[in-house]
Amino acid sequence: MANSELMDFDKALELFEPVLGFEVHVELNTKTKMFCGCANEFGSGANTNTCPTCLGLPGGLPQVNKKALESSIRLGLALGCEIAEHSRFARKNYFYPDTAKNFQTSQYDDPICHDGSITIELESGRLVTVEIERAHMEDDAGKLTHMGGATGRIQGADYSLVDYNRGGVPLVEIVTQMIEGAEHDAPEIGKTYVAAIREIAKALGVSNARMEEGNVRCDANVSLRPRGSNVLGTRTETKNVNSLRSVERAVRYEIQRQAAVLHAGGTITQETRHWHEDTGITSAGRPKSDADDYRYFPEPDLLPMAPSREWVEELRLTLPEPPAARRKRLQAAWGFVNLEFQDVVNSDLLDAVEATVAAGASAQSARKWWTGEIARLANVAGVAADSLVTPAQLAALIALVEAGTLTDRLARQVLEGVIAGEGTPAEVVERRGLAVVSDDGALIAAIDAALLGQPDVLAKIRDGKVQAAGAVIGAVMKAMRGQADAARVRELVLERAATIE
Amino acid sequence: MSEITAEQVAHLAYLARIDLSPLEITNLTHDLGQIVDSIAKVSEVATADTPATSHPMPLTNVYRDDVVVPSLTVEQALSGAPDRAGDKFRVPAILDEE
Repeated sequence: MANSELMDFDKALELFEPVLGFEVHVELNTKTKMFCGCANEFGSGANTNTCPTCLGLPGGLPQVNKKALESSIRLGLALGCEIAEHSRFARKNYFYPDTAKNFQTSQYDDPICHDGSITIELESGRLVTVEIERAHMEDDAGKLTHMGGATGRIQGADYSLVDYNRGGVPLVEIVTQMIEGAEHDAPEIGKTYVAAIREIAKALGVSNARMEEGNVRCDANVSLRPRGSNVLGTRTETKNVNSLRSVERAVRYEIQRQAAVLHAGGTITQETRHWHEDTGITSAGRPKSDADDYRYFPEPDLLPMAPSREWVEELRLTLPEPPAARRKRLQAAWGFVNLEFQDVVNSDLLDAVEATVAAGASAQSARKWWTGEIARLANVAGVAADSLVTPAQLAALIALVEAGTLTDRLARQVLEGVIAGEGTPAEVVERRGLAVVSDDGALIAAIDAALLGQPDVLAKIRDGKVQAAGAVIGAVMKAMRGQADAARVRELVLERAATIE
Repeated sequence: MSEITAEQVAHLAYLARIDLSPLEITNLTHDLGQIVDSIAKVSEVATADTPATSHPMPLTNVYRDDVVVPSLTVEQALSGAPDRAGDKFRVPAILDEE
């Protein structure tokens, strides 16, 4: 699968029009699984959270988790969807070892949410409205580990191991309508759309929304049609695209690959393709046609759902401000330029800055500390910035700087103390003796000593060569071990130089 | 007479991973045909104002609270497994060598 089989992206766009579609799976963060009371936990010992129902054993009887239904409805409402008055589950039958029941409990012709849309904003400012066809509930599969192969991949494995802890965990699958007119923005639309879904799920609190833990997973459908044609091309479905960057890369790759195949007179096979994060390519999985016979039928063990309109309206009232609107509001309130604001958003520090501002700090100071020193320390420690200090602690630190008690340099030392668990910023200042020396008496003594120690400098200052004061200021700061306000020292140096005997 | 063919039954058997003998396929083609015919007869009686039903009980909205209940132990969970490796189920290679 050499890169020579790819067409240049711009050329591909010149010859073909891409048509996109996305299926995003959002794993809900309920306490228990979709249809049984086993814990929904990431990282437990293998096969510790299973029961006859999620293992598909005889006698297992599923029951719908009401919280999962509630989360699904709230997610649907946030996506502008209609909530079905009548909805039911269906069995999707297929054999695969990660699915113990030999069917997935999903929804077929009566999804819980349908006909919504969200508008996303690209970096260029272009607004794209993505129509949502449906958002339905289903249960997740177990986790496979492929053994014996050289690469840990399914290809060439001797056998596989299964952990069913994830089997039965509630998912919402969000399916878009076809996205036409994406043009050169196709890769960015993919990335931005998945980011928006992730952000909405997180804001609702219905999912941990961590892509690296598989809470949000994306299948990307791509097809091309020749310019001037109205006939849809054959699409491929690329699975396993589990980071925002990968969504962008996978869409770009498929456009370039399909364009090369079509331009050379070949045809696209309708198939599932696997995304390989390491090499940045997709490879053919099984052809779609021979596995698509899922024999869906209504799930006989689960009763239909008919969420009352009153309940749906109650849930609508619980929706948070849409993340995109919230970003606009906060940027305006804080007066950040785009670059500053993007920096905060991309570092996932919006909540932290907002809380710090709410605790009394200025927006610019909050931004500067979170995206600067704290992000740097977090990076070194390999943890999230907002796990190091609380917004309240940072606001207290910023207040000390603004009161003149600390210089920025001293404040960084105090921050380290706070992170090390030495107490509040005020306590760290006290214990480490870090406050700026603002007692002019101590400063004046140090300044006088420095001036008298350098009579030539003193003479120059008296001659009006003010820049000569730098040498004295440096000596004073050194004597005060940095715990002095340089501006105040400069003021006093000039004052003392005029009066000193 | 029904439109169920032996080919359809063989295909269904493959999808369901049931190994049927030629005789079983012949018999099931006949049996399934009769079932389809019977359902067609019911459809004649059901008029447009009879709603489709997927459940015999007129019940909806039966839910469970989101409360954790104890799971099986790992040993119980694996007790019926044909093969295991540590605490995981062990299954044969999924893809054929190609």
